[in-house]
Amino acid sequence: MSVVAPRAGDPVITPALVAEHGLNDEEYRRLVGMLGRTPTFTELGIISALWSEHCSYKHSRPLLKTLPTTAPWVLQGPGENAGVISIGDGLAVAFKIESHNHPSAVEPYQGAATGVGGILRDVFTMGARPIAMLNSLRFGSLDRPRVRYLFSGVVKGIGDYGNCVGIPTVAGEIVFDDAYEGNPLVNAMCVGLMHEDDLIRAKAEGVGNPIIAVGARTGRDGIHGASFASEDLSAASDAKRPRIQVGDPFTEKLLLEASLELIKSDHIVAIQDMGAAGLTSSSAEMAERGDVGVTIDVTKVPTREKGMTPYEILLSESQERMLVVAKKGHETAVGDILAKWDLTAAVIGEVIGEQVYRVTEGATVVAEFPGSRLVTDCPSYSPEAREAPAIAELRLADISAIPERPEERNPSWTLEQLLSAPTIASKAWAYRQFDSTVRTNTVIGPGGDAAVLRIRGTDKAIAVKTDCNGRYVYLDPRVGGRIAVAEAARNVACTGARPMAITNCLNFGNPTRPEVFFQLKEAIAGMGEACRALGTPVTGGNVSLYNESPAGAVYPTPVVGMVGLIESLAHVTRAAFRADGDTILLLGEMGGELGGSEYLSTIHGLVLGAPPACDVEREKVTIDVVLEAIRQGVVSSAHDCSDGGIAVALAECCIADAEAESGADADFSQWAHLRNRDLLFGETQGRFVLSSSAPGRVEAIARRAGIPCARIGVVRLNSSTLDISLGDGLLRAERGMMRRAYHGSIPGIMSRTPQHSAAAEDARVSAH
Amino acid sequence: MKFGIVTFPGSNCDYDAFHAVTEILGEQAVYLWHKDHDLQNADVIVLPGGFSYGDYLRAGAIARFSPIMQEVAAHAKAGAPVLGVCNGFQILCEAQLLPGALMRNAALQFVSAAVRIRVENADTLFTNLYQPGELLRIPVAHGDGRYFAPPAALDALEAEGRVIFRYADAGGRTSADANPNGSERNIAGIISEHGNVLGMMPHPERACSLLLGSDDGVRLLESILSRVAA
Repeated sequence: MSVVAPRAGDPVITPALVAEHGLNDEEYRRLVGMLGRTPTFTELGIISALWSEHCSYKHSRPLLKTLPTTAPWVLQGPGENAGVISIGDGLAVAFKIESHNHPSAVEPYQGAATGVGGILRDVFTMGARPIAMLNSLRFGSLDRPRVRYLFSGVVKGIGDYGNCVGIPTVAGEIVFDDAYEGNPLVNAMCVGLMHEDDLIRAKAEGVGNPIIAVGARTGRDGIHGASFASEDLSAASDAKRPRIQVGDPFTEKLLLEASLELIKSDHIVAIQDMGAAGLTSSSAEMAERGDVGVTIDVTKVPTREKGMTPYEILLSESQERMLVVAKKGHETAVGDILAKWDLTAAVIGEVIGEQVYRVTEGATVVAEFPGSRLVTDCPSYSPEAREAPAIAELRLADISAIPERPEERNPSWTLEQLLSAPTIASKAWAYRQFDSTVRTNTVIGPGGDAAVLRIRGTDKAIAVKTDCNGRYVYLDPRVGGRIAVAEAARNVACTGARPMAITNCLNFGNPTRPEVFFQLKEAIAGMGEACRALGTPVTGGNVSLYNESPAGAVYPTPVVGMVGLIESLAHVTRAAFRADGDTILLLGEMGGELGGSEYLSTIHGLVLGAPPACDVEREKVTIDVVLEAIRQGVVSSAHDCSDGGIAVALAECCIADAEAESGADADFSQWAHLRNRDLLFGETQGRFVLSSSAPGRVEAIARRAGIPCARIGVVRLNSSTLDISLGDGLLRAERGMMRRAYHGSIPGIMSRTPQHSAAAEDARVSAH
Repeated sequence: MKFGIVTFPGSNCDYDAFHAVTEILGEQAVYLWHKDHDLQNADVIVLPGGFSYGDYLRAGAIARFSPIMQEVAAHAKAGAPVLGVCNGFQILCEAQLLPGALMRNAALQFVSAAVRIRVENADTLFTNLYQPGELLRIPVAHGDGRYFAPPAALDALEAEGRVIFRYADAGGRTSADANPNGSERNIAGIISEHGNVLGMMPHPERACSLLLGSDDGVRLLESILSRVAA
């Protein structure tokens, strides 16, 4: 070990400085114990970043270990930059989801843009070319100007970045709920395609191999971004705006091409994004995976400005940078590839035999840790988990006693309210700003149950989707966790895809509060149950805690990003009704469960009741029925029945695709024992709306599997209405009404105030 | 026939153009690197979509000064075919190989959608396999696609039959609602004085497969073949 003395000009280590770095007393004692001395300022900064929740998963690691992570098709599970699954023919899909919630809450445009950039890099550093982006977004109510400002800024940030790099944004979901008012969620998922042979891992190897910094120069932006993401949002958060990075998608595009060329070139052994905690975490993690030592000289790192300290260089989160371990003697070849793309490369260190993580400033050692203990010694916590009694009470409430509003005597009115609820209504306002067709693989783009991308050179396609109903998770985290996985699986199955694997992004509040840790623990348990039953292991993901504002925690929102495989392009199936006279089938139960529903939220302003039950074994069997019927060629259309229940699902089959509108006649009189609102708007799980010209064959498949399959109506392509006969009346919804409600809602709200003046208005509000 | 597809560092539709030419058309294609001066004997030059050099200044404003563009301009001036799509159209206008300019979309938002365009002149190098007035379904994806030229220049373009495509609705009307970006007179594509340089915002290379929604773009590429071969 070297002699490490405090660096001239650096602050003296005091208890206040330690606290400012987010370390508690126990963690600081651990650090001193590891070093056998007082840390330097640089060392404190390094540990502050690596032991932040964002980098260390210290509150979630033991729970995440309970999730299933293996299957014969999983080539890379959790622990790398992204998960990888085989799809046959020597091809593989790399995918991962990540949050950028805190930056987006403060600076929506750059926050969202750099979120896209980071997840793109995670995928292409595995050796995969990104082929699709997805986004899972949560905002407060669009009635508020600040939310419109955040929504429009996030959408523009996602679009400008992905559009420029040239990766289609194809799917996702957007939910609006007061629970996300002070703390929006911005989760971005990237999917890449690769040859299995090109898989590369971020593992430093080979003593003497040079460590090279690649891409953009290092500046003072984003210092302590990882720590910022690991604390609650407050009124002071705006002052931390300088911690937010600024993205440059053009440089990202160059870095993407150069990195893929490097990986194919055989000049390098490892590559990793300098993401959260920048140079520090990328170098420490690569060393830890390879079980080697590294030494880095910060004076060799190309910087954007003069006079940056080791502390700043190590903790900068400047975007569009990569760390590469090259083969010794190949430095020039690496430099040539980067020069072709007008990017810089600088040798900043090397892999060493000594088991140490060392940072120097020229000849002076400014930080040194034994072995890889700076990564492995991070504490992990399992705090107390206890459900909040108030939430248990909400779940147990008797929702059948809620009186109907007078307008509900006309169920078409209720349907109109639900179709225009921003959570259900068409999100075309957002996705029209995303290039969804570049790279010419998009078979089904945004707006479908899941997006479908063809795989060139094969007859296959993949289906991708994100899902999570946070309201369910709030009311019952175990059940909600199951449903998040099951709904994503149903969505990809609707397109003809077998669900293969998931990535997850766990957005929760402050885990040191027992009621939040309870949610985290239970939701992960529920997800694990569903993943095991559905055969969809978790290949990686991200945990975002401390999603709290002064108004409280967000709904616990464990977003699931699902990848499914379509064996033949002939199986690709869409949601819209297609052929006049086709029989409409409901696969699954007409359960009438109204707890936690969009109906209660939109019509009554209530978040109440037990969410619908989710029998994961039965979900699996039901999905198999759909896939078998699609394979047999007897399914004209398939749509998942979720938010808003079967009435909304039928309406969506009629009008969601503006190029394929239809009407329908349905008859629900066999369920006259159910109340109309339960029947029409209940959100019982495990259900699909199918249409078929050979309903008997679908019924036969369902019967063999023991899943109910009821004929509920007929497709009427030329009818101007969706008619649903009820025991005691009729729901008649005009196509024009449904179209206006569904397609007109969000554009109408967003045109209320120009978004830029909404921002200005809001700035005035918050200034007072 | 050999197609040369120019790759600027920020091009992102070069790959789609390459595949449309080689897989759909069955013709030869080569990528032309922006730093080179060599068109590799390509017969047809394609300037694909993307963000050439980031386009932080003005779309295509830097690309026009690139080494390869000197050769593309010479190729165009010699009367040989040049097709500019999206960013390629912007670059052709910046390079003054086509008149007018492409401004920020009127709604100040990027627009990605499958739009309809009406064939205004079916007697050109690029459109001879279409019917006059035919409606094509072709994707657009751009932030700066609002075609602008002074009224006199627009009148001249129209008089000379150089407006090749206009945005139209399902009934073929060139309504304001059908105009995705606020282009003057719903103009989606124009041709050079000598008929060898076409610039258009919609992406014909993305409309080459019914699986992806439309194959209306195929005949644009085939038109070039039929005219040049004949």
